[in-house]
Amino acid sequence: MNISPRLRAPAGFAVAAALLFLAAPLVLSDFRLGLLAKYLCWAIVALGIGLAWGRGGMLTLGQGLFFGLGGYAMAMHLKLADAGDGKLPDFMTLYGSGTELPWWWEPFRSPVFALAMVLVVPMAVAAVIGLAVFRRRVRGAYFAILSQALCAAFAIWLVGQQTSTGGTNGLTDIQGFFGYDLGDPKNQRMVYFIIAAVLLALMIGVRQLYVSRYGELLVAVRDSEERVRFLGYDPALVKLGAYVLAAGMAGIAGALFVPAVGIMSPALIGVVPSIEFLIGAAIGGRASLPGVVLGAVAVAWARSSLSEQFPSGWTYVQGLIFIVAVAFLPGGLASLKKYVVRRPASVETPAQPARKPAAEEVPA
Amino acid sequence: MTLLFTQSFTGVSIGAVLLLIALGLSLTFGQMGVINMAHGEFIMAGAYTVYVVQKGISGAGTSLFVALPVAFLVAGAMGVLLEWLLIRRLYARPLDTLLVTWGVSLVLQQLARDIFGAPNVQTAAPSWLTGAVPLPGDLALPASRLFILILALAAIGALAATMRLTPLGRRIRAVVQNRDLAKVSGIPTATVDRLTFFIGSGLAGVAGVALTLVGPIGPAMGTNLIIDAFLVVVAGGIGRLRGAVITAFALGLLQAVFEYATTVSTAKVLVLAGVVLYLQWRPQGLFTLRTRSLA
Repeated sequence: MNISPRLRAPAGFAVAAALLFLAAPLVLSDFRLGLLAKYLCWAIVALGIGLAWGRGGMLTLGQGLFFGLGGYAMAMHLKLADAGDGKLPDFMTLYGSGTELPWWWEPFRSPVFALAMVLVVPMAVAAVIGLAVFRRRVRGAYFAILSQALCAAFAIWLVGQQTSTGGTNGLTDIQGFFGYDLGDPKNQRMVYFIIAAVLLALMIGVRQLYVSRYGELLVAVRDSEERVRFLGYDPALVKLGAYVLAAGMAGIAGALFVPAVGIMSPALIGVVPSIEFLIGAAIGGRASLPGVVLGAVAVAWARSSLSEQFPSGWTYVQGLIFIVAVAFLPGGLASLKKYVVRRPASVETPAQPARKPAAEEVPA
Repeated sequence: MTLLFTQSFTGVSIGAVLLLIALGLSLTFGQMGVINMAHGEFIMAGAYTVYVVQKGISGAGTSLFVALPVAFLVAGAMGVLLEWLLIRRLYARPLDTLLVTWGVSLVLQQLARDIFGAPNVQTAAPSWLTGAVPLPGDLALPASRLFILILALAAIGALAATMRLTPLGRRIRAVVQNRDLAKVSGIPTATVDRLTFFIGSGLAGVAGVALTLVGPIGPAMGTNLIIDAFLVVVAGGIGRLRGAVITAFALGLLQAVFEYATTVSTAKVLVLAGVVLYLQWRPQGLFTLRTRSLA
């Protein structure tokens, strides 16, 4: 590995682009490519988790909330587009009063509005939550539990609103994507290329963020929030930025997931999937950019190939991955590279604070 | 009037179950700052203990009283094993403990599925718990829910007495307040940690026994309860039994009242949102230990 450090990142992105745009479409069958599209959506979520958790120290157990907000925004528009002008989505006529569209569905007929909401809603919700939580210096485990509770509340609410959200089934059987028929393999390929391009663009953006001053500040907040505060920065704002960006990425991922898979449902965004979003980031290396993306794709691939053959075996493997990766390899597989390539100490291994008495961890 | 009374009693008994679960969590969370996601699976272990005991002892009443201490021991032993194998290595990283114990909970759920089968199982309730206890004025209380309430109150009484009166309780309180000082004073903190974990997890087993009286037993039964229980602990104030008691009953009542006014799922959302808002007002929870920490 004799590449100069300046070229290492561009070289990495070039390899990623070659794999995503050339190798994968040539090698994989249409079915496998569709699966890969799904995995790449999860990788986009993991990218945000890497930013918020790996670099910012915020353990977000509720990314499903934002994934769902983005996903439902997209799915609602596609459902309305499928139904045609002035008509209702199929499930509403099945379960509901079946005559009138709920008022908050109406604007989603406009594709521009729906696409804007994919970003605006998750980021606005994250901004409100983040402002409230970080200003009050709620952090650590408290933040994790709160984010999980909000995600659980959202999923429960969706299930309860059968007539306007499709309930447990969710929004299913989505046929078209802005005028393209999703049943056509050619259009499925197009969706894959869109997802791959978005992932690559976001990776480059996040990489720039990591090497920026903000990226360093974020790591500083993660490792010693008090010290950063005493230096005159506002840690709440620093964390808010990362949290909102992570929410936006989860929203985009949710929106792209809909055309890739053709469904959005509470089972995809509840507490359990939200924790599963973390597993790839944990095993790949939460603070490493290639680590989270490769980890997320690898875990998703392992899940579908293992659970095809040993349905109950996968759960054991998944549990053991959590235990082994987090307990014994906190830097993830990415931290192993220091044994391969010699490099100066990096920001990628979270500092381990000395053991504090539990009472001190109560936010003031 | 009757409906309101029944509904609020349901709320109190939801609160009692939450309390049984949250007591154990508040002990382990309060003392070690450890979030044990596998706590829900200790509840499940307690519930399956009743199922197994009933295979051996046919009398539903006897088996219930046999199962109570057995469930405490089974769940407690699982807790000690978890602490010894994993958690004690992770005290410096509380957030990582959360994820590790989540992994443990996945494994335990799958084990339950492989041993007992994926469908829910039923246990027989003793006949004296199936009826209702009549009260003056046309009112009646479901006997099973009354039993759970009594069980929860007995557990909180026993725990409070242990914490206040016994040397073990004194040591636990000392470690919660200042681990380093406790250590230099000669308290074996590692042993105290393990015993705390034993008691906390054992209480989850007792909660599991109580739950068999009101619902089915299944591999995923713990997951559904654990978030509510965590909210009780967080809103009540970490490591404070008083806070956990008040919050548990308050959440149970709120849930029942909202259920009465709206639907079950809306009630759940309202309660969760209420707790989040409440934490805006008091981020430390209802009762707090005052420290001079900046954090």
